[in-house]
Amino acid sequence: MTHLPYILAAYGIAAIVSVWFSVDAWLRMGRARRRLAAIDPRGQR
Amino acid sequence: MDNSAAYAPRSGSGRTLHRFANPGRFLRLSGKVLPWLSALGLSLTLIGLGWGLFWAPADWQQGDAVRIMYIHVPSAMLASAGYVGLAICSVFSLVWRHPLADLAAAEIGPVGAAVTFICLTTGSLWGKPMWGAWWVWDARLTSVLVLFFLYLGHIALVRAFDSPERGARAGAILALVGAVDLPIIKFSVNWWNTLHQPATITLTGAPTMYVGMLWPLLFSSLGMMFGFVAIVVARTRAGVMERRIRGLLLARAQQEAGTMVDMVA
Repeated sequence: MTHLPYILAAYGIAAIVSVWFSVDAWLRMGRARRRLAAIDPRGQR
Repeated sequence: MDNSAAYAPRSGSGRTLHRFANPGRFLRLSGKVLPWLSALGLSLTLIGLGWGLFWAPADWQQGDAVRIMYIHVPSAMLASAGYVGLAICSVFSLVWRHPLADLAAAEIGPVGAAVTFICLTTGSLWGKPMWGAWWVWDARLTSVLVLFFLYLGHIALVRAFDSPERGARAGAILALVGAVDLPIIKFSVNWWNTLHQPATITLTGAPTMYVGMLWPLLFSSLGMMFGFVAIVVARTRAGVMERRIRGLLLARAQQEAGTMVDMVA
């Protein structure tokens, strides 16, 4: 019995979830920084 | 009545805690630390998983399915460790009204739920070829499933109130009550007869694992831990900035409403 599909599925799910959360955090941070800079230029960090 | 004591600077640990509660200071500090955390997380995870997937030996009994361990074990450790972080933030929130603790707890919830989801699905994918079943109502699996529901409950409860402060308080109470699940997860394999194996790596004894498998596991565990912290820090930074934006917009709206009232009067 080959275990390859189980291994690929496990690594694939972990990769998708991790990349999703990383990209979401990155985009959210960038969006908040731009909005804050537009509203209050002194608040830019 | 003399209220001076209420406004007096806090002493000792209280003052230290509130020094780090300053959102501006948090943004400055986290801005410096975040690139290092992200780089460490990404590089160690890639090394650990690449090593585990391509160069670590297959298990004599489980064959190549053992390679799922390099994701499953770190995500299981992070699921519990993340909840410990959530419980610590809840204590800070309830006892010291630490403003950053509320935000951090709200951001740990979804990330913790995600790693618990990874732990459950990879465990299921490992269980099918080894046990012949995707799922069994075993004490370890069930207690981790309860942890996943606790994370989901925390996310829902924090967002269920119009006032973010009330949501944070309710979430903090749930997180502290739910912490009782952590020792159950840890000791479930000792207290009950479970299909899930007992711990291979313990704090008190030498690991019962071949060293060629231990090193990639160590790398992937450290990498995923740094990655988890980096994502939580990034989300908390975004949360701090979003709260500041809401405050500024609210102040501006109140100022404009005041000007309108003055003009009408």
